[in-house]
Amino acid sequence: MTIVLEAKNITKQFPGVLANDNVDFDLRQGEIHAMLGENGAGKTTLMNIIYGLYRPDAGQVSVDGQPIVIHSPKDSIQHGIGMVHQHFMLIPVFSVAENIMLGDETTRYGALDRKTVAQRVRELSHQYGLDVDPHALVGQLPVGLQQRVEIIKTLYRDAKILILDEPTAVLTPQEAEDLFRIMRELTEKGVSIIFITHKLKEVLAVADRITVMRAGKVVGTVKPKETSEKKLAALMVGREVILKVEKGRAKPGAEVLKVDGLKVHDKRGLESVSGVSFSVRAGEVLGIAGVQGNGQTELVEALTGLTHSPGGQVWFAGSDVTNRMPRTITETGMAHIPEDRLRHGLVLSYAVADNMVLNTYYLPPFGVGGILQPKAIDANARKLVQEFDVRTPSPYVPTSKLSGGNQQKVIVARELSREVKLLIANQPTRGLDVGSIEYIHKEIVAMRDRGLGVLLVSAELDEIMALSDRIAVMYRGQIVTIAEAGKVTREQLGLWMAGAHPEGLSHPHT
Amino acid sequence: MDWRRFGFIALIIAILFSVVVLIGKAQISPLIIITSMMATTIAVATPLTLGALSGLYCERAGVVNIGIEGMMLAAAFFGWLAAIYMNTIFLFAPMPSLIVGVIAAILTGGLFALLHAALSVTFKVDQIIGGTVINILAVGITGFLNRQLFFEKGSIFGGNVPHAPGVLPRIDIPILADIPVIGRIFDQQPITWAAILLVFVTHIVLFYTRWGLRTRAVGEHPRAADTVGINVFYMRYANVIIGGMMAGLGGAYFTLESVPSFEPLMTNGRGFIALAAMIFGNWTPFGAWAAALVFGAAQALQINMQFFREAIPPQLAILQISYVVGLTPYILTMLILTGIIGKNIPPAADGQPYEK
Ligand SMILES: Nc1ncnc2c1ncn2[C@@H]1O[C@H](COP(=O)(O)OP(=O)(O)OP(=O)(O)O)[C@@H](O)[C@H]1O
Ligand SMILES: [Mg+2]
Repeated sequence: MTIVLEAKNITKQFPGVLANDNVDFDLRQGEIHAMLGENGAGKTTLMNIIYGLYRPDAGQVSVDGQPIVIHSPKDSIQHGIGMVHQHFMLIPVFSVAENIMLGDETTRYGALDRKTVAQRVRELSHQYGLDVDPHALVGQLPVGLQQRVEIIKTLYRDAKILILDEPTAVLTPQEAEDLFRIMRELTEKGVSIIFITHKLKEVLAVADRITVMRAGKVVGTVKPKETSEKKLAALMVGREVILKVEKGRAKPGAEVLKVDGLKVHDKRGLESVSGVSFSVRAGEVLGIAGVQGNGQTELVEALTGLTHSPGGQVWFAGSDVTNRMPRTITETGMAHIPEDRLRHGLVLSYAVADNMVLNTYYLPPFGVGGILQPKAIDANARKLVQEFDVRTPSPYVPTSKLSGGNQQKVIVARELSREVKLLIANQPTRGLDVGSIEYIHKEIVAMRDRGLGVLLVSAELDEIMALSDRIAVMYRGQIVTIAEAGKVTREQLGLWMAGAHPEGLSHPHT
Repeated sequence: MDWRRFGFIALIIAILFSVVVLIGKAQISPLIIITSMMATTIAVATPLTLGALSGLYCERAGVVNIGIEGMMLAAAFFGWLAAIYMNTIFLFAPMPSLIVGVIAAILTGGLFALLHAALSVTFKVDQIIGGTVINILAVGITGFLNRQLFFEKGSIFGGNVPHAPGVLPRIDIPILADIPVIGRIFDQQPITWAAILLVFVTHIVLFYTRWGLRTRAVGEHPRAADTVGINVFYMRYANVIIGGMMAGLGGAYFTLESVPSFEPLMTNGRGFIALAAMIFGNWTPFGAWAAALVFGAAQALQINMQFFREAIPPQLAILQISYVVGLTPYILTMLILTGIIGKNIPPAADGQPYEK
């Protein structure tokens, strides 16, 4: 097979980090080439170099055997390279068609020709099975559809080489399946794909070849048939990784969180949580399974005080915290790992050290008499960076400079290190590599064993099954059932998540 | 812009007009009062409209510009100075001199904007500080030169202010201006017509052209624009300079269209009120124009009240104090900016420098 894209001897130095160290990489015509690697290994950096967002310090990129000069994305687009970024590059207030044409507009008599573009978007949608309404506002689309917009954006520019940077991190399992179907369809039509992910199962299922990076270097390229999850994990992290969570029996204590008939509305004012009741005991993990968009986000936002709930009650550690301020709830002893790290978890322009005390900075030892204590903040940051293996050149770089997974680790470190009674973790391992997932899972189990309550929300059924002692299934704003973790199968959960009634009766239509 | 806002604006204008009609109707027919109020409103709204459009180009591209006041002041001065030079030193006829003056004013605005763009886009100086620098600079330069050139002995104009070549002539719209009484509304000066035209042009540019799409993209999410090959720096520079030229034209209104003379600080906060109009117009050209008309109406109220001073009934004696009436535009600014009518949503990346 012919090589369509080749990167040779790519080296990129950031202040304090050698992000790419003499990297070689090639992509063949019509293949799906997966890229694996720890958080901060340099995957995104390599892709940004190929796409023209960063200039390499050394090295050469060639397309179809011809060395090319890339000064900006304009050049790479011209050579048929398209990229869907780890954090989407869409403008929420623009329509789908406007987002797609931006930078490559069709005009008629000097005016934007929205009609022709919409027509072309429909054609592409049809051709590749990427259904989306060209006139919808992007900000109002679910992430799965936003991703389609990103893919169409590249096809609109006739991309022959498609880079997908962790496309499945934000997708539900169904959406991910859909994406794989689209990817196969694309490769059949001659597109070659670079696919970055942390999910080993996916890699083995869809990739033709797999390249693994570690600490800025390529450590190997293998075929899925010749490897296994275990081998890949070891190659990535450089040691054995225990992919299975080891935990003993839970010893549930008193109730720490009690939710009674809670109702929440979403941003458009529609009821998205319709009167749910459950409780979390000390020393147990309650997992909430469910396809994304069934009210989990709003439920967690109401519990943590980020949104107002018009009905129902939340009792936490013996007091009524319904509609209290987030700070009051935090101080009562609740830790929260939010779903959207960029929106709720971090101040990106702040240093890592400051983000690590974002909800405790005013309390001793970090703030004494209204004055920040740099020594204590520094000591805390160094300890957490070490413990949670946050890859950063120093605790004082702006958090925006960290790789996606390392940003997530900053939040996890902050929340898991506080003295709390309950942890609410919403997609805690989104975008993390297997090594870090292993560590965080161990931490969560350890917290449970220390007698904390844990409420875990995850779109990853594996994660729910591995950690939970009891599993609640959410569907259309309601908890359809709460089951003992040992007594349900994956398949059963899957059915409930899709709306089947627990007793096997058909679910009444609402 | 939503209809609630336009309704609110219409209401305020109606109230302001009614006050004058109620007080003056004993002397002059209400129709004439309303017509004259409308004509004045449209005229005095001109620098506010242009100032708001100036802010619009900048902020839609993601650069906050509070230096519009200074840009207008400097443009008012240099436009006027250019016209005088042409007229008295190079002995051009008044009309060509005025045209050169307007061009000089526009260039002055553009030049100050170039400075603002350099500070905020290239050097990533805090944009509020950049704007403040422009405001201070403009006050300093115009005040200093005004004194040096006209009031110092041995200066080129030797201590006496020469005659300016008058103001720009009125242009009436043929048929409409011939309508009795209300025809007066369609009889305005060129910068006023230009401002109205530019409202429409800006609307079309922003929402129907490639340039506008890219400008808004750069103001909403510069990184996204960068990833599709748009040059964020270039777009920001260009829009800030276009905005500066709008402010420059707005400055020309003061010394070449409204009165034929310059006074230190004569823009008198209009640049800031223009920003308020832009915000109340929710960063849209028509919204900004409508809001500018509200302030225009407040000023028209103030001007007309001077005619009817004696007719003010004793219960409203407070309106006889000119300061009180003069405060109306500023009180309106505060009222409008409290956001009682819906939330104002600025471009998402407004005021944020772009780091590659
Ligand atoms: N703009 C930047 N400035 C400074 N350092 C950077 C910048 N971008 C990335 N880095 C550093 O380069 C290293 C590689 O980052 P990169 O984003 O390529 O990792 P990654 O493999 O994509 O990780 P993840 O799986 O977490 O997304 C990290 O240590 C990161 O902190
Ligand atoms: Mg990455």
